[in-house]
Amino acid sequence: MTAQTGIGARVKRKEDLRFLTGTGRYVDDLPLARSTYAHFLRSPHAHARIKSIDISAAKAMPGVVEIFTGKDVADAKVGSLICGWVVKDKHGQPHKAPPHPVMAADTVRYVGDPVAMVVANSHDEAKDAAEAIKVDYEVLPSNVDLAKAFDGGAAQVHAEAPGNLVYDWEIGVKADVDAAFAKAAHVTKVDIVNNRLIPNAMEPRAAAAEYDKGTGQYTLWSTSQNPHVLRLILSAFVLGIPEHKLRVIAPDVGGGFGSKIFCYNEETMVCWAASRVGRPIKWTAERTESFQTDAHGRDHVTHAELALDKEGKFLALKVETIANMGAYLSTFSTAVPTYLYATLLAGQYTTPVIYANVKAALTHTAPVDAYRGAGRPEATFVVETIVSKAAQELKMDPAELRRKNFIPSDAFPYQTPVALQYDSGNYPPIIDEAMKMADYKGFEARRAEAKSRGKLRGIGFSSYIEACGLAPSQVIGQLGGGVGQWESAQIRFNPTGNVQVLTGAHSHGQSHETTFAQIVSDKLGVPIEQVEVVHGDTATTPFGMGSYGSRSLAVGGSAIMKAAHKIIAKGKKIAAHLMEASAADVVFENGIFKVAGTDKSVPLAQTVFAAYVPHNYPLAELEPGMDENAFYDPANFVYPAGTQICEIEVDPDTGVVEIVNFTAVDDFGNIINPMIVEGQVHGGIVQGVGQALLEKAVYDKDTGQLLSGSFNDYAMPRADDVPSFKLGYKVTPCPHNPLGVKGCGEAGAIAAPAAVMNAVHDALAPLGVSHVPMPATPLNVWQAIHGGARQAA
Amino acid sequence: MTIPVAMTVNGKPVSGKVEARTLLVQFLREHLGMTGTHVGCDTSQCGACVVHVDGKSVKSCTMLALQAEGAQVTTIEGLAESAEKLHPMQEAFRENHALQCGFCTPGMVMSAIDMVKRNNYQLDEATVRRELEGNLCRCTGYHNIVKAILAAAPAMKAAGV
Repeated sequence: MTAQTGIGARVKRKEDLRFLTGTGRYVDDLPLARSTYAHFLRSPHAHARIKSIDISAAKAMPGVVEIFTGKDVADAKVGSLICGWVVKDKHGQPHKAPPHPVMAADTVRYVGDPVAMVVANSHDEAKDAAEAIKVDYEVLPSNVDLAKAFDGGAAQVHAEAPGNLVYDWEIGVKADVDAAFAKAAHVTKVDIVNNRLIPNAMEPRAAAAEYDKGTGQYTLWSTSQNPHVLRLILSAFVLGIPEHKLRVIAPDVGGGFGSKIFCYNEETMVCWAASRVGRPIKWTAERTESFQTDAHGRDHVTHAELALDKEGKFLALKVETIANMGAYLSTFSTAVPTYLYATLLAGQYTTPVIYANVKAALTHTAPVDAYRGAGRPEATFVVETIVSKAAQELKMDPAELRRKNFIPSDAFPYQTPVALQYDSGNYPPIIDEAMKMADYKGFEARRAEAKSRGKLRGIGFSSYIEACGLAPSQVIGQLGGGVGQWESAQIRFNPTGNVQVLTGAHSHGQSHETTFAQIVSDKLGVPIEQVEVVHGDTATTPFGMGSYGSRSLAVGGSAIMKAAHKIIAKGKKIAAHLMEASAADVVFENGIFKVAGTDKSVPLAQTVFAAYVPHNYPLAELEPGMDENAFYDPANFVYPAGTQICEIEVDPDTGVVEIVNFTAVDDFGNIINPMIVEGQVHGGIVQGVGQALLEKAVYDKDTGQLLSGSFNDYAMPRADDVPSFKLGYKVTPCPHNPLGVKGCGEAGAIAAPAAVMNAVHDALAPLGVSHVPMPATPLNVWQAIHGGARQAA
Repeated sequence: MTIPVAMTVNGKPVSGKVEARTLLVQFLREHLGMTGTHVGCDTSQCGACVVHVDGKSVKSCTMLALQAEGAQVTTIEGLAESAEKLHPMQEAFRENHALQCGFCTPGMVMSAIDMVKRNNYQLDEATVRRELEGNLCRCTGYHNIVKAILAAAPAMKAAGV
């Protein structure tokens, strides 16, 4: 295909026109005739027993159609929301799995837990009526503090999980690690709190449903990253609607970052109630509800120790983490601090033995689950924090210590001591390039110059590895995952020669409509404007696993490649017939079938037409039509890697940290559209910078109220909090998928917190400051400098 | 109780009956079916709902529909002459990949146009970043939005818009 639109080209996005002209179609934009509107009454308490609910006054309010309480849902035998990943603890026992009612019937367990749904003719009327519902609560003791969750005195969240322990899990051989520590010349220790984050996709979660009495068909529109998975969960586990009678549509979705993977209470309720109300129901979260009830991210407390020999070679790593699950186990919550976290603790290094122990805790807070990076940012933060601290303690250059311990470029595939086998990589050129782009050599001069202005300048490295492109299904199955992790694709030619590409992946900002079209255009020689990518509707697309874990291109794109190869194989047979040649002699180049060594040729479009109008066609051997589907199950994860270098200035008088320079060099394998990849990296970095400098979900320790419950209280990164970025690439193609691609969606967020925090610690080291809690807000930094007595919230 | 309201939206006279509490953004989305303007928060922080009222950018969630009585309102739907001829700011957003999920985009574009005009078509990066305080984006990291606005300023001047 032409260089302007094929693989590697900076093709402008096909989705932009509708988004730029206000014609995108998000869930809340749907016009549904005769629609009703739902509003949820939520618990104002972190933990309470519901003594009674009186809906009589509310039911008489204007416009009210129906009110459902947790008792109605329990009486109707609606199932529990599920956690779809069984993690076995260190004794081989499955994790504790307390029930997660769709609406609380007798006990509420976090502020925001839904207790009633009001359905009315307008949203305002539903909201007014919800205020008239009288709930008599008996407030119970609560605990929102992760560090205290296992204390004997902490309030119990569920009777099914004694001591609030969901699992006590381990990986690695502790005795080997202890033996290595015994021989260490130096041990570096860190205590880390990985701050709790609230995802805040700009489009709040929304759901709309209608029920067709005549056919028994439910249609649910949801802000989902994976409509087929949502349908599967609702059908098989929660609502019992036969899968073929439930259509789930995820139309334009305004960002997800993990938070829209999961099966939530509200979409379940809206779907369930649609048949009972007999009219469509719409619900859109207010931002306050997003803060309170979207699955939160991170929230770890970790102690880690790194053993080094006298040359600075890593001998062993030991990690103890407690991870907050919140009040209920969200859909994939249990996997995040185990298989997506501890398996990444080797980082880019040859650390020969690693042991990690993870305890998952229940608290009276919103559920915690995957958020951009999901486990890998936590692992990277541990590894890259401890490596930089070790360099500081040993008075070594942080880049030099990293280089000394990098997995050698000729050692791939490389088996880590924590289960993963890295397929490919070449780390030294990445850090070299990053240091060149960041002008590392000139840093000390810049530090001195900053000092002359009264500013403290610091520089921080973060050399991350991640495992994404989720995932080989059999590996997932062995680890307790409840689903396959392949992806599907269908390439459907129309008789006139244009193409629909149906994918099981879902785009909520990732630009699949462009990237996937580039692949098909490139491989099949069809002009890109004649390629339409279709996604997000269980009625029109093949069963797919959706988008998360930077999997869309590596897995979904590979499925498209497989389908494209099937198209070419079939086209070859048709072309051979049309050219009266042997299929073995037909070659395919730039959209044209040719007989090698002759001037005979047939364009693909002609074979398509012949396939749909098979008047001159080998019908005895070949089916008509040009429509091929494929499922692709990856052989391994993919392993993007990179180095970020962050340079900051601290104002010691105010504690304000300013990022003055930020460089990221990544290896994403082959790149389909560099413009889109850069956009993914920019966005990821800013989410990581947000975690490092600004964002923190805070619950009041006494009342369990979410204090950071709005954009007024929770510091989202804004344009003037961040600089422009310098990006670079190195390419080692993935050896096991047909495009040679790795994932780029999460890398920025995975690496950035450590890069920023290492820079802050570097800047403050001359003052003797050894630890600043994350986020490095002005208050936290100022207190670290000035030895503030009061612990920052 | 409903109250009649009338205004001009994207050059066309419109009217309706609203409750006193109906916000301008609700009137646009729910009464007129113009869903290009988005609601991303409940505290007037995110800026997804920015429209122009009598030529000035306004968060349409902070204004009652009745306060816009008689006003000239421009929304994201009213910017482009046609699918082929976008406003220079829309074009710059496309050229510079300044949008991903598209949800904050309408407000970003409307704020950006107002920003360029208020600054007399002359902007630098620091000014753009400061002026974007009232618009949140979770996808792009702002890098390409800033680039787009800086590129659009001279293009708007040249186009006389």
